[in-house]
Amino acid sequence: MRSRRTGTLAAILALGILVAACGDDDDSGATASPETSAPTDDTTAEAPAEGAAPAEGSLTIGFIYVGPKDDFGYNQAAFQGSEAVQAAFPAVTIMQAENVPETAEAEAVMQKMIDDGATLIFATSYGHLEFARNLAADNPDVVFVHQGGLEGEAKLDNLGTYFGTVYEPVYTAGIAAGAATESGTLGYVYAFPIPQTLANINAFTLGAESVNPDVEVITLATGSWCDPGLQAQAAQSLLDQGADVLTQHQDCTKTIIEATEAAGAFTVGYHADASSLAPTGWLTGSEWNWGPLYIDIVQTVIDGGFVASAFNGDYRVGLQTGDNPFVQSAFGSSVDADTVALIDAARERFVTGGSPFSGPVLAQDGSIVFAEGEQPSYEDIETMDFFVEGVIGAIG
Amino acid sequence: MLIESVLAGAVRGGTSMLYPVLGETIAERSGVINLGTEGCMLAGALAAYVVGIETGSVWLGALAGAAAGAALALVHAFMVLSRGSNQIATGLVITFLGLGTTALFGQSYVGQGVNAFAAVPVPGLSEVPFIGRVLFDHDPLTYLSLVAAVVTWFVVFRTRTGMKLRAAGERPEVLEAFGLSPVRIRYVAVVVGGSLAGLGGGQLSTAFTRNWSENMTVGRGFVAVALVIFAAWNPLKAIGGAYLFSGAIALQLELQARGSEISKYLLQAMPYVTVIVVLAVMSRRQLQRSPESLARVLG
Repeated sequence: MRSRRTGTLAAILALGILVAACGDDDDSGATASPETSAPTDDTTAEAPAEGAAPAEGSLTIGFIYVGPKDDFGYNQAAFQGSEAVQAAFPAVTIMQAENVPETAEAEAVMQKMIDDGATLIFATSYGHLEFARNLAADNPDVVFVHQGGLEGEAKLDNLGTYFGTVYEPVYTAGIAAGAATESGTLGYVYAFPIPQTLANINAFTLGAESVNPDVEVITLATGSWCDPGLQAQAAQSLLDQGADVLTQHQDCTKTIIEATEAAGAFTVGYHADASSLAPTGWLTGSEWNWGPLYIDIVQTVIDGGFVASAFNGDYRVGLQTGDNPFVQSAFGSSVDADTVALIDAARERFVTGGSPFSGPVLAQDGSIVFAEGEQPSYEDIETMDFFVEGVIGAIG
Repeated sequence: MLIESVLAGAVRGGTSMLYPVLGETIAERSGVINLGTEGCMLAGALAAYVVGIETGSVWLGALAGAAAGAALALVHAFMVLSRGSNQIATGLVITFLGLGTTALFGQSYVGQGVNAFAAVPVPGLSEVPFIGRVLFDHDPLTYLSLVAAVVTWFVVFRTRTGMKLRAAGERPEVLEAFGLSPVRIRYVAVVVGGSLAGLGGGQLSTAFTRNWSENMTVGRGFVAVALVIFAAWNPLKAIGGAYLFSGAIALQLELQARGSEISKYLLQAMPYVTVIVVLAVMSRRQLQRSPESLARVLG
C-alpha cells in the first residue's frame, strides 16, 4: 500500500513540477502563459465610415498575439501598432486575439478570422509562423504577414515577414553601457539562446567594446521569458560578479531593473522606457514603435500591391532603409555629451550602410566570424548561433 | 566567493518557499493535502502587492497576502471537508482558480511601482564575515519566516493544539471519542496553511522580486508541496527543504555567471532534478512518517 501511495504522490508532484519547469518557451520575446488563459477572440468591429474608399472600407484585418495585449512589452507594442492602423484607416475593421499559443490553436484562431472576413492577418509572434504558412497555402486570397520570422524555401505570393533591425539600438545602448561601467563588467539576463537574442547580446557587447575594449559581458539564461524569482537571483548573481550595468532580454523587466537600481548599478532597458523605475541608474534602452510600418503594410495591401512589394518576402527595415520600428529610449541623466556624440556617430554609420556587425568580428573562441570589411546580411544576423569575443557564457 | 553567494542566494530566494512549505506541513499534518498552494501563493502575491501600493504600508500588504491565501484555502477546505470532493482534483482547481483570477485582477498592476520591503541588516551580526551576508542581511519577512518555522515546530510537537492537529491526521476517531471535531481542526489547519502560502507569495512580490506579473510563482507552490515530503512533515526540516531548492537555483546561476562549461539546460533543470531525485531516494522511508489520513487521500 505504502509504495503505491508513494507512486501516486510522486506522479502528481512530478506533474506539477513539470508544469512549472516547462512553463513558457515561446520564441517571440512575448509574455506567454497560453496554457492558462484561454484565447480571447475579441472582435472589435466598426461599421465602415461613409464615403471611405471601397477597398479600405471592405478590408478586415486580424491581429494575433501570443500574450496579453497589456504586458508592458512585446505584445503591448504590437497591439499599439494595431491601434495606429485603426487611427490611420478608420474604415478598416480590425479583429484582435490575445493569448494565442504557438500551436495548432493559432491556426484555428486565424481560420476563424478568415471565416469572419479577414483578408489580411498579422501573426505577431515568432512561433506563429508555421501556422500562418499552412493557412497561406490554403487561402490564396488572404495576405499573411509575420513578425520576426524568415519566410523559408516555399515563396508564397500571399505571405511575407517583417521586422526591425533590433540590434541597432541595442548596439548604441552598448556604447552607453561601455562608457558608464567602472568595473568593466556588464551583465545580460536572457531567456533562450535564439538567434534574435544572440544578435542582441553580441551587438550590445560590440557596442560596449567600441568604447571600452576590455569590457566583458556576463550572460545568464533563465530559461523563461518571465520568472521574477529567477530574475531576482540572476540579477544578484551578476551584481555579485561585479557587473555594474545590467540589461536583459526578458518580457517582464521590472524585477531586474529594481534590483539593479537598489544596488546602485546602471540599467539598460528593453521593450519599453522604464526610466521611472531607475531614476538614478537609467542609461538608455530600446523600445518598439510598430505603427508606421504596420500602416505601410496595410496601405500596400489596400492598393493591391502586396505581391510586387518588398513585404512579400523577408522585409527588414533598419536605419539605412527607413524607420526602424525598434527605437532608442531617452537617455538618463548620467549619460554625458561625449557618449551621446559617440552614439550619434554610430547611428550615422548605420544610416550610411554600416552594420553593428561590420567585420572584423571575432567569436568567443577568437575565430573570425565576419572578416575585415565584410558586411553580414540580415539572414546572417538572424541565424546567428555564436557569442562574440568578450561574452562570458555558453550557448549550449 | 561561490559558497557564500550560493548560501546567501538560498536564504534570499528560499523565504518565499519556506512559508508555503510550513503552511502545507500544517495542512497535511491534519490530513488534508492542498495542491492549491500554488494558487494561494499567487493570491497572496497579488493581494500584498496591491494593498501595499494602495495603503502605502508593506505590513498591511503582507497581512492582505496572508488573508488572500487563507480565503482561497477556505474554498479548498469547504469543498474537501464539507462537500467531500476529491482533495487532489480540488487542489488543482484551486490553483487554476488562483491563476485565472489573479491574472485578471492583476492586469492593471503589471509594471506599476511597488511599495517594497527593504533589507534590514541586523546591527553587528550583519558585519560578521560570511555568516553576516548569508543570514543577517535580509528583509523582515525572511527573519520572520525562520521564527515561524520554530514556532510551528513548537506548536505541532510541544503543545496540546499540536497534539490535536496530529491526531486529526493520524487517528481522527480518537478525537471523536473525546468529543472533538477532526473536521473543525482540519478547517483551521488548511486555512492557516493557506495564509502562510499567501504570505510566501507576498514575500515573493513585495520583498524578493518587487514585481507583479501573471503566474509569477511559476510552479513554486507545487515544489513546496513536494518539499513537505522531503522535510518529513517537520517544520524545522522545512527550512532545509526550502533552502535546498533555492540554493540549487542560486548555484546554477552562479556557475553560469562564472562562465561554467556545463550545459545551461542541465543547470536550469538542476533545482527540479534535485527535488525529484531527493524525493525518489527518500519517499519510501519518509512516507512511513506520513500522517495516516493522507493514506486515504492517496489510496
